[in-house]
Amino acid sequence: MSLLKIDHLNLSIHGSEILHDVSMQVAPGRILGVIGESGSGKSMSAFAAMQLLPNGATCEGQITVAGQDVLALTEPQLCQMRGRDVGMVFQEPMTALNPIRTIGDQVAETILIHEDVSKAEALERAAEALARAELPQERFPLSRYPFELSGGQRQRVVIAMAIALRPKLLIADEPTTALDVTTQAQILDLLKRLVAEDQMGLMLISHDLAVVADLADEIVIMQKGRVVESGPAATLFRNMQHPYSKALLAASTHVPDREGAAQDQPLLSVRDVVREYTLHANVWLGKASKLQAVKGVSFDIRKGESLGLVGESGCGKSTLTRAILGLEEVQGGEILLDGQPVFSGKKPNRAVRRRMQVVFQDPYGSFNPRWKVSRLICEPMHLLDQPPKGPALQDAMVEAMESVGLTADDLDKYIHEFSGGQRQRIAIARALIIKPDLIILDEAVSALDVSVRAQVLDLLADLSDRFGLTYLFISHDLSVVRSITDRVLVMKAGEIVEQGATQAVFDAPQHTYTQELIAAAPVLPAEIA
Amino acid sequence: MRNLWLGGALTVIFAGMAVLSFLWTPYDPTVLDIANKIKVPTTAHPLGTDHFGRDILSMIMVGARTSIAVALVAVGIGMGLGVPLGLTAAARKGGLLDELIMRGNDLVFAFPSLLIAIMITAVFGASAVNAIIAIGIFNIPVFARLTRSGALSLWTRDYVMAARVAGKGATRISIEHILPNVTNLLIVQGTIQFSLGIMAEAGLSYVGLGTQPPTASWGRMLADSQTMISFAPHMALFPGLAILLTVLGLNLMGDGLRDMFDPKLRRARS
Repeated sequence: MSLLKIDHLNLSIHGSEILHDVSMQVAPGRILGVIGESGSGKSMSAFAAMQLLPNGATCEGQITVAGQDVLALTEPQLCQMRGRDVGMVFQEPMTALNPIRTIGDQVAETILIHEDVSKAEALERAAEALARAELPQERFPLSRYPFELSGGQRQRVVIAMAIALRPKLLIADEPTTALDVTTQAQILDLLKRLVAEDQMGLMLISHDLAVVADLADEIVIMQKGRVVESGPAATLFRNMQHPYSKALLAASTHVPDREGAAQDQPLLSVRDVVREYTLHANVWLGKASKLQAVKGVSFDIRKGESLGLVGESGCGKSTLTRAILGLEEVQGGEILLDGQPVFSGKKPNRAVRRRMQVVFQDPYGSFNPRWKVSRLICEPMHLLDQPPKGPALQDAMVEAMESVGLTADDLDKYIHEFSGGQRQRIAIARALIIKPDLIILDEAVSALDVSVRAQVLDLLADLSDRFGLTYLFISHDLSVVRSITDRVLVMKAGEIVEQGATQAVFDAPQHTYTQELIAAAPVLPAEIA
Repeated sequence: MRNLWLGGALTVIFAGMAVLSFLWTPYDPTVLDIANKIKVPTTAHPLGTDHFGRDILSMIMVGARTSIAVALVAVGIGMGLGVPLGLTAAARKGGLLDELIMRGNDLVFAFPSLLIAIMITAVFGASAVNAIIAIGIFNIPVFARLTRSGALSLWTRDYVMAARVAGKGATRISIEHILPNVTNLLIVQGTIQFSLGIMAEAGLSYVGLGTQPPTASWGRMLADSQTMISFAPHMALFPGLAILLTVLGLNLMGDGLRDMFDPKLRRARS
């Protein structure tokens, strides 16, 4: 008998169809992986199972959860079901918890809603649930607040809330997407263990094929509200039929072609850079302690090279980026571009700055929503002493847009008219328009769907060949770094612990931290990758 | 959209009345006509007359002029000084300038605004100009705080970072990137402050510290009608309705404008 059975489900919201003929099922103790890109309907299928749908949604077909026909239940009955029979883990642990309530209260709340128990008893069981989620009471008492915990620990609290009543079915919607690689591996292990212990069914929703392939027993691949491929994980990847799933697999293992002719002379030299922050700064009382975010980092980027910088959140890579861009002063060491300091005296050096540009991670936050594309991409021209005007300006804009695969017509649009991938292309066009030598890509493809990511990586490789660009590629995603960089630096706690040719570092990591990172990264089974 | 039309219509009606009052009013609102005192609405006097026989419609038209002028200038003072202060404080977050500006704001906020307005008029004399200044000063910290809080979240955006990478300074980023993105906040708050200004003016005039006779004012009309409310309720009803509808119209319009100015919402609607 299956715990969750979705049978020929059609779902439409205000008349527009979101899901077409979706069928899937989860058996006790089994893990169903649901894979799809944004807008594929994977989350909507999960919400349909709990009937947490937006207003105006209508379902046809059949959804059974633990033998109950969900579509026939009334709202109070559904409330009984949610939390008791079905638990849910969300993507963003930072927002899934109420910041002003203790973790004990939040876990106990689920128990108090569903069972007639005293507060003390509920708290006792909350402690037990937290312990099962590997947050032992000795180190993480119930009185902790979410802000006292790291992202991975918060996700454990969310999991503890979901499993507190030992539900039969657990739905995890991108549970590890917001986490670092090593934390991700731990959370996935935890989920796997809980499924085995409780004989729960787990519906694991992810955009990441490797995560799902590692864990799932059955896999469903969705595209535009339809199931295009489904089957047991062991055989699915080998016998894929649908062109979309083949394309998806190809995209996630995609390695762009690069000619990669790095010259010997260094373009950027970072020497013993130290960046300190003053903590507890108080304007009235001078006493303050210091935190070193970057502790004496040195490296070179050669001309035409693509250098990867890998590290987990909080390792200092963003701080280093800002120092290289000349946005913040460093407290020790020097940063030279072609022999010229990035920061001269108290002011950033404009002559150096105009040779560097940056592309950020979030395609939605990188643009002023009130500007048209033509104005957005011209912003770096502010660095030029004599910015082009009239036809020369128009030509420069068109050239930048065309080199990233967009057209001159797009110049007249606002940024919200573009998709995430197109926005990232516009961000690259903005970086290209003043023809810099070095482009810093700060997690530039991390927020993109795999197929879009493959296209953007191809574009970056192509641009580097055409314009002789040098890249500093900052990412937490090891597979991306592996596919596009020549050399890689591994950063931990403000220091570079390992550096070398990408292939060599990945094949034979020397430092224990690098070994951990590589071991933690989910990989597709060898025969298909 | 409905809010915008309804609010806009109400606002336009009262603004139109204010403008029209410069050219024409049914009667001269300053001329006393004791023979026709306390008349209920008739065709000759659509909203009736007051205890001196003045035409209430004419007085409301002139009163609209007073209210709108006072509130507009007061909001102008608040925005003109508060917004730049807020932008500066946000750009220098955590610095000495930020502290000075925000603590200065706290100081102004710490005083009850109407009390200070009464004090100012007590010291410098009761007049519309002093009322404007008093209301205006208390608008400054409202706009400064709002601008700063809106600007702080914008300063962490990647596009501000991109502008810094493009070598733009704090002033330029504040004007080009921050200000346009806080305008919808400012518009909504502006209409609220505008309506509060109208009420503050009415309140000051009601206690005799705002607009002075013979200039008509909604607040004064309410004060005058107070003793006669039992047998001439129309004298209180119409100025009261004028205040209510203007404030309602401004608030509705603020909501509508905020939606309209947001390019994302605009597309979603069309």
